[in-house]
Amino acid sequence: MSEHLRLKRAFLRHPGLARLAVMIVLFALWEIVARVWIDPTFLSPPSRVLASLGDLFDTKGIPVALRITFWELAIAFAISVVIGLTVGLAVGLSRFSNRSLMPIILLLYGTPQITILPLFILYFGIGPPSKIAFGVSHGIFPIIVTIVAGVQNIKPILMTAAHSMGARRWQIFRWVIFPHMIPTFFAGMRLGMAGVLLGVLLAELYVSTAGIGYFTQLFTQAFEPTKLLGLVSVLAAMAIALNEIVRRAEVHFGRWRTD
Amino acid sequence: MSVRRDRRDKIASLSVQVGFLVALVALWYLGTAYWGISRILLPNPVNVWAELKDILASGEYLPDLRVTLTELAAAFAISCTAGITLGFFISRSPYLIKVFEPLLAGFYSVPVILFLPLYVLFFGLGPGSKIALGTTISFFPIVLNTIAGFGYVDKIFITAARSMGASDFQMFRYVLLPAAFPVILTGLRMGFTVALLAILGSETIASLAGLGHRIVHLAEAMETARMFAYIAFVVVIAALLNTAMSTLERRAKRR
Repeated sequence: MSEHLRLKRAFLRHPGLARLAVMIVLFALWEIVARVWIDPTFLSPPSRVLASLGDLFDTKGIPVALRITFWELAIAFAISVVIGLTVGLAVGLSRFSNRSLMPIILLLYGTPQITILPLFILYFGIGPPSKIAFGVSHGIFPIIVTIVAGVQNIKPILMTAAHSMGARRWQIFRWVIFPHMIPTFFAGMRLGMAGVLLGVLLAELYVSTAGIGYFTQLFTQAFEPTKLLGLVSVLAAMAIALNEIVRRAEVHFGRWRTD
Repeated sequence: MSVRRDRRDKIASLSVQVGFLVALVALWYLGTAYWGISRILLPNPVNVWAELKDILASGEYLPDLRVTLTELAAAFAISCTAGITLGFFISRSPYLIKVFEPLLAGFYSVPVILFLPLYVLFFGLGPGSKIALGTTISFFPIVLNTIAGFGYVDKIFITAARSMGASDFQMFRYVLLPAAFPVILTGLRMGFTVALLAILGSETIASLAGLGHRIVHLAEAMETARMFAYIAFVVVIAALLNTAMSTLERRAKRR
């Protein structure tokens, strides 16, 4: 068998290998295009971006900015989960509050909150509190909606069975609703994390004095694509890592459910 | 459940909704008119209403609205064309689906808003960077749904059509397209919503014109009442566009 055929078979058997090849080709294209055609004041090749990552972290203020952004994300996420879970359970567990409040929540969820970003700055200032508040405003709605949907999806027969066997309200909550809520809870957390990332990053990019938004603006205005690409890559890596953590948690805690 | 009780429930929940909104507006009015909340932080609803009427009457919103809608149309057109074409070709081979779908889904989980500074660097502060961001963000739901629509058509339909001698075109027109259409439409609707958000967002962050730019401009001038009026205007426009899109989706699916 020739070398060529063996390579082809390896690719056909392992799509992951082909995926890796696609990514390598894309990076190579970027490298070539950036080196040969494009003005270096606009785009730098990935090799130079990678090489300058060390420089980037040595830049005064960058480590602090990344740390600030990370804490903004973490705090906004924690607040979103607490509020989202509380409101979601309160709205989902009662038929009446569900019917009367859910349309209001969906209405708020559907409005483009980016339009009120200047208001958040007006009320919470240009520091981290406005970023956290904006992140929370993006994070709570997906969590509430998912939790409500999860509570409603519990099969009525399970509730009836628990009832007829004489379970108290608290017992029903502990042994029927709670185990059923775990996968939903993590699904909501995943969506909430995506929302929090969007909200915090939007607010950071809009106005920032010490966070990453300040530096993206600085690098854009100074035409430093190497550092800008490096910073964006680091942030993207942070976002992917955070997303991946909640996604793993969702898979891990949802695996007992087989249906 | 009896019809009577159902109706009573409906009236009760409706009154809670109406009561909530009325209480909100009443608190807003009382807070600004009597309890001394700063006009700059929270304008009086009466003033906001007057400003809104002024904006609508003077037609001042038209240039900004035109800019935003043009950007939206351009971004959506590009991402539809690219997303559906690419999605269709990927979906033609199970192998390509296996290679590309996880790759695209992986990209999809990166917050695309991060690219805005790069796009501003590449395309400038004008409409170019907004169109680029709107295209990037709406491309992923469209391409992923196109792959899902065309790629996972039940094999039995395809085998049946082939064994009855369907040509390639007939296969596409009568088997693949009807099966994939609703899924693609969902992707288009999702793409449209996020494209609108991305364009408003990038106008807010860095721009020269557009509705998002107008809101920021008024915020920086501390003309809060007029800003509130513009926010209300944009929210209504967005709601109208999104409702139109969902209605289109529902009607097309029913057929």
